[in-house]
Amino acid sequence: MEYLAYGAFFLTLAMTYSIICLGLNVQWGQTGLFNVGVAAFVGIGAYTSVLLTTPETADRVGGFDLPIAVGWIGAALMSGLISFFVGALTIRMRSDYLAITTFGIAIALQLCFQNLEPLTGGVFGVGFIPRAFSGIQDDALLFNYANLGLATLLVVAIYVVLEHLARSPWGRVLRAVREDETAAQSLGKNPTSLRLQAFVLGGAIMGLAGAVQAHFIGFVAPANYLPMMTFQVWAMLIVGGSGNNKGAIFGAVLVWAIWALSGSLISELFPPDQQARAASLQIVIIGVMLCLILLWRPQGVLPERQSISKHLGQRNET
Amino acid sequence: MTALAVKGFQAGYDPDLPIVKGVSFAVKKGEAVTVLGPNGAGKSTLIKAIAGQVACLGGQVTLGGDDITGVPSYALAKRGLGFVPQTENIFAQLTIRENLQIASELVEKRRRAGQIDKMFDMFPDLKLRPNDLAGTLSGGQRQMLAAARALLTDPPVLMLDEPSAGLSPKLVGQVFETLARVHAAGVTLILVEQNVRAALGLASRALVLVDGELAHDGPTDALQDSTTLGRLFLGNRTREVAR
Amino acid sequence: MSPQVLIDGLIAGATIGLGAIGLTLTYSILRFANFTHGDFLAWGAYLTLTVSGFLGGLLAGLGIGEPIGPFSFGWGLPLSLLAGAGLTIVLTLILDKILFGQLRRRGADTIIIVMASFGASMALRSVLEFIYTANPQYLTRELQIAQPVGFGMRATPDQLLTIAVTALLVLALHLVVTRSSTGRSMRAVSENPSLAGVYGIDVQRVIRVTWVIGAGLACVAGVMSGLLVQIRPYMGFDLLLPLFAAAILGGVGSIPGALLGGLIIGLAEAFTVQIVGAEWRAGVAFVVLVLVLIIRPTGLFGRTV
Repeated sequence: MEYLAYGAFFLTLAMTYSIICLGLNVQWGQTGLFNVGVAAFVGIGAYTSVLLTTPETADRVGGFDLPIAVGWIGAALMSGLISFFVGALTIRMRSDYLAITTFGIAIALQLCFQNLEPLTGGVFGVGFIPRAFSGIQDDALLFNYANLGLATLLVVAIYVVLEHLARSPWGRVLRAVREDETAAQSLGKNPTSLRLQAFVLGGAIMGLAGAVQAHFIGFVAPANYLPMMTFQVWAMLIVGGSGNNKGAIFGAVLVWAIWALSGSLISELFPPDQQARAASLQIVIIGVMLCLILLWRPQGVLPERQSISKHLGQRNET
Repeated sequence: MTALAVKGFQAGYDPDLPIVKGVSFAVKKGEAVTVLGPNGAGKSTLIKAIAGQVACLGGQVTLGGDDITGVPSYALAKRGLGFVPQTENIFAQLTIRENLQIASELVEKRRRAGQIDKMFDMFPDLKLRPNDLAGTLSGGQRQMLAAARALLTDPPVLMLDEPSAGLSPKLVGQVFETLARVHAAGVTLILVEQNVRAALGLASRALVLVDGELAHDGPTDALQDSTTLGRLFLGNRTREVAR
Repeated sequence: MSPQVLIDGLIAGATIGLGAIGLTLTYSILRFANFTHGDFLAWGAYLTLTVSGFLGGLLAGLGIGEPIGPFSFGWGLPLSLLAGAGLTIVLTLILDKILFGQLRRRGADTIIIVMASFGASMALRSVLEFIYTANPQYLTRELQIAQPVGFGMRATPDQLLTIAVTALLVLALHLVVTRSSTGRSMRAVSENPSLAGVYGIDVQRVIRVTWVIGAGLACVAGVMSGLLVQIRPYMGFDLLLPLFAAAILGGVGSIPGALLGGLIIGLAEAFTVQIVGAEWRAGVAFVVLVLVLIIRPTGLFGRTV
């Protein structure tokens, strides 16, 4: 009984990570944009939705008490907007400038989460966020199943839309831009604008995921959106297979399972006073895994169908 | 007697799609050979691969009898195989003197200054303002610096990728005069060219590459009125006239 | 506002500048934004701390463990710094051998190498946290009193030393890069690695030299930061954005640019702490970065993006 509830809880979180991963796949897998600020885009979505849906509070701006669905939409729009600004600034430049700038925005937004207390609740964040299915919250199992069902439904819906988009003319041109920018340009396609569209779409999906996650776990705090999260999501996508939406979902579940298992293993093996220290080993495992995959199986467990991305190819020998 | 030889040589950027598909030839010491062929035939890829700039996908290269297949380009330069790429063949952000100084590090310490002076005498244009950035040179002067850099080490074998590309007819004449002098001094030359007339004037032997394979290998005088060549180069001839 | 902000900014900026020089060199010669560079600072500081732990007892036994002159540390620290720099260099060379070098040989895209550096940086930082725990550590327990240095500013001898060491190292490095044959080769590889091969330059050797310089400076910067503030596993991570901002502000590949960029970031941080508040300090580098990208993406002394 308890296991089933935990299993549902675990899978629901894995589903929210799957959504983030699908968003990242639009940016990286389909378009080749390296976003090092995933946590920031997820976080801004979470905070936006919280601001929109929580009841009015005395010591905080807002609390507009709007329905959860409105919060989700607002989250996606807000993350999309921030993505637009970041993308418009850097997408024209060499690829690693986007990486550096997104890394920077993650740090800047983390500071905002911590310091804009009237808006974000400061380091302690905001609790008692309205949850979906709160009417059945007393029945833990049923509540978890209902949430899992909703999260899974969302994953499936986003998956279907993204697959459809990938097969549409837009998706094909996007891949063409990624594989051979000059050729795509000569066909009259504007690579910068296409990339920007993909970056915004991916960011919006991450923001939505942040909102879904926040409403499921019931609180937001700056510590939920550390670079650690960015790193986990990247490991998920690279392990699962960049460019493949199924791979993104599979990777999210797999890496989240490895994370949860290694976490409980550490709490078994190490005495309580050493656990914080030992938890850093979890990160080492994921970091080494990421590097090993990049070295030995860069296409991931489930490779992209069409062709293996040129990013991984044997091109110029130096 | 053989300066450089390739056997069953394959090269390209993608292991599944070789651009040079099994080429064999040998160049004798002191010979001047030109590699001709239509655009996209793989001429440039061939000499870049010999120079270690493009991956060798199969076959063998020997320099003076030693196997040099897969040897990195800097080690080939040390062994006396000079190469002048077609474009981006000088360091524009270094001074003219620095360009020559880098090359001079391949010769013994005591000869370095002398070799640099020798190049300045050979190409007086470069001596005018040796401490300016090489990027300030004109197109023709850049080719001179590229040639000077390669010749400074007295390489027994020198390969050039289209030294006449983008130069005015007058400058083309100058470049080929210089090359003739170099050749007369005993340097083995391998020359990829689009400018067929100039190339045939200098080289005694021509290799014709078509679609990555050797279509012809013989003395240039036999080639001057060969119908094969006419057919191969019809397009280029007209372009040359137009220029 | 007190003029003290100027000297505080310069001191912080010297550390950032020194770290940014290593970053800008690896950026222009290896051609990728190395996210592990911040962690080299942290590793350098911890390795030096570890060596000085061993040396401390030894030197005290010899009776030369006492602080040198006005400074807060004895001969143990400079000696440990040499050893720590050596070990940091070994660490980067190993990392290049097993990770970056492998990816380069396979012709992987720049961005894949950037990603690998991102993964490696997380792992490196966490290994530090596992070995040394997250508790801050100190290179010295001596207290120093800030002395007046004119214009109403005060600084401790240690702080002034870090400025002097930075100036000396940057000058030496600048001379090496502009005058020596190694420096010439480095500039050549940064402009065009494949042409460098044609000229007879061993590019792999130049890459190793670059790691040696970058890691050595990173270790010095890490120790300076550890001496003036404290040593934590996340110190390198916290410095990474200022390092990137300084390198890009100065123009990628430019050594004087990286130092100047570092000083500007240091000053901007000091002014922010005074005017806006200390809690926003970490955001300064981001604002500078965005401004540079909007106004002049090539940086102050940059060539091309």
